[in-house]
Amino acid sequence: MEVTKITLFGGYGKDGSAEKVKEFSMEVGDIVSIVGPTGCGKTTLINDIELFANQNTPSGRRVSINGEPVPEDFIFDPANHPIALISQHTNFLSDLPVEEFLAIHATVRGAQDVESIVGETLDFANELTGEAIMKDIAMTELSGGQTRSLLIADAVVIGNAPIILLDEIENAGIHRTKALELLKRYKKIFVFVTHDPCIALMSDFRIVMQNGAMQQLITTQPEEKKVAGKMKQIDDMMLDFRQIIRSGDELSESIFNESFKVLTF
Amino acid sequence: MKLVIFAGPPTCGKTTVIRQVLKRMAAREIKTAYLKIDVLYADDDILVKKEFGIPVKKIYSGELCPDHCNVVVLDEAVEWAERSGASYLFVETAGLCLRCSPYVENSLGIVVLEATSGMNLPRKIGPMLTLADICVITKIDLISQAEREVFRYRVLESAKKITVVESNALYGIGIDPIVKQILKTPEVEFPMYLRGNPPVGTCTICVGKKEIGAKNHFGVLRTLEQEIFYVGE
Repeated sequence: MEVTKITLFGGYGKDGSAEKVKEFSMEVGDIVSIVGPTGCGKTTLINDIELFANQNTPSGRRVSINGEPVPEDFIFDPANHPIALISQHTNFLSDLPVEEFLAIHATVRGAQDVESIVGETLDFANELTGEAIMKDIAMTELSGGQTRSLLIADAVVIGNAPIILLDEIENAGIHRTKALELLKRYKKIFVFVTHDPCIALMSDFRIVMQNGAMQQLITTQPEEKKVAGKMKQIDDMMLDFRQIIRSGDELSESIFNESFKVLTF
Repeated sequence: MKLVIFAGPPTCGKTTVIRQVLKRMAAREIKTAYLKIDVLYADDDILVKKEFGIPVKKIYSGELCPDHCNVVVLDEAVEWAERSGASYLFVETAGLCLRCSPYVENSLGIVVLEATSGMNLPRKIGPMLTLADICVITKIDLISQAEREVFRYRVLESAKKITVVESNALYGIGIDPIVKQILKTPEVEFPMYLRGNPPVGTCTICVGKKEIGAKNHFGVLRTLEQEIFYVGE
């Protein structure tokens, strides 16, 4: 079955009152952000989506796919699972070497050419990391950023899931706007849990959470899109500064001031 | 009487899974008795009694391994459960040496494994996994989705026909499919038989021989190079 739309029906917040957002749908190509202060229930919300909540989780939420109840084989066989959740975990517990692990995962997912898909996954991951991931290294030895990068690459390339949930992609030092650009090449539904204004405004719409409940659904208007473009320039500038410092150079006042001149606003 | 045997390494989450299942048994008004078999210490029977008010019993295997203890007492346990008016008996056992498995014919065997225990666990635990009907994988919230899929693959590689259920038992997620299978369990038949073959070998350590080295022991022995030989009558 091809997934084209996923719908979430609201449940209850931490105080037991009904959520203000009663229902929202995401379609292929949509980018959605979930925002709100720490502890407001953002991660719980994406966990509900990933588990295909059917009023059987503490929030009482419900999920439907293409307007229908979720098929059983989606729930019981993770290889048929249309959702990939990139959690906040920054370490693997698997004790296998990277290449072997990816090869098994690709086999589970029914890949025809395991070797090339593993290669593509590593290439994708290495576009996001600082130092490249070696294929013979144990998964447990990867750094936080390498782990997150590999998780994203694995979900998109090997998992090839139509719905991808990413929990705070901005953590762990990966290049997040680069990640967003790479991800956009794939026709999928992306849901970002984020504290990053840049990611939030680059989304098509955002859910605002408070006290365990969905409070507002805000569609990003053209004016905010324009702001997002300006913000990205500032973000890129900060990344340039980061790169200068990471590579052992010094950040002089003249380089700093020059950087501002490039801004187009 | 219907018999459900839960096995799994220590701290894998057996009791948490059982408590979630018991909640659903209680909601269906099915009376269940609970037997806990452990080696040295357990207080789950008290917690289960307090939470569900059902008949509970605990036995310490002490000088026996828990699976061995299970074989010795299970017929009496079924009779006890019957007398206490239950229609199901849940047995929880911490089988330890991995040579045998506690499941008997005409019962439901459930092995509980934690997802965090490494990709080679399914290859290491033998009949406890391969002779079970259901494998419940717990603590799935602690690993990535990719790792979950690979772990599941490794389970199915060792036990091809097993039903795999992934669960985050703390939140009661993934429990309903277990209950569904439990409700289909047939009546237990006497005499009861173990599903698998018991291991060949007598444990001389179990009978109290502390000396190190094959020359001090009897039964099926071996050298470091895996040459197997027999000493005894």
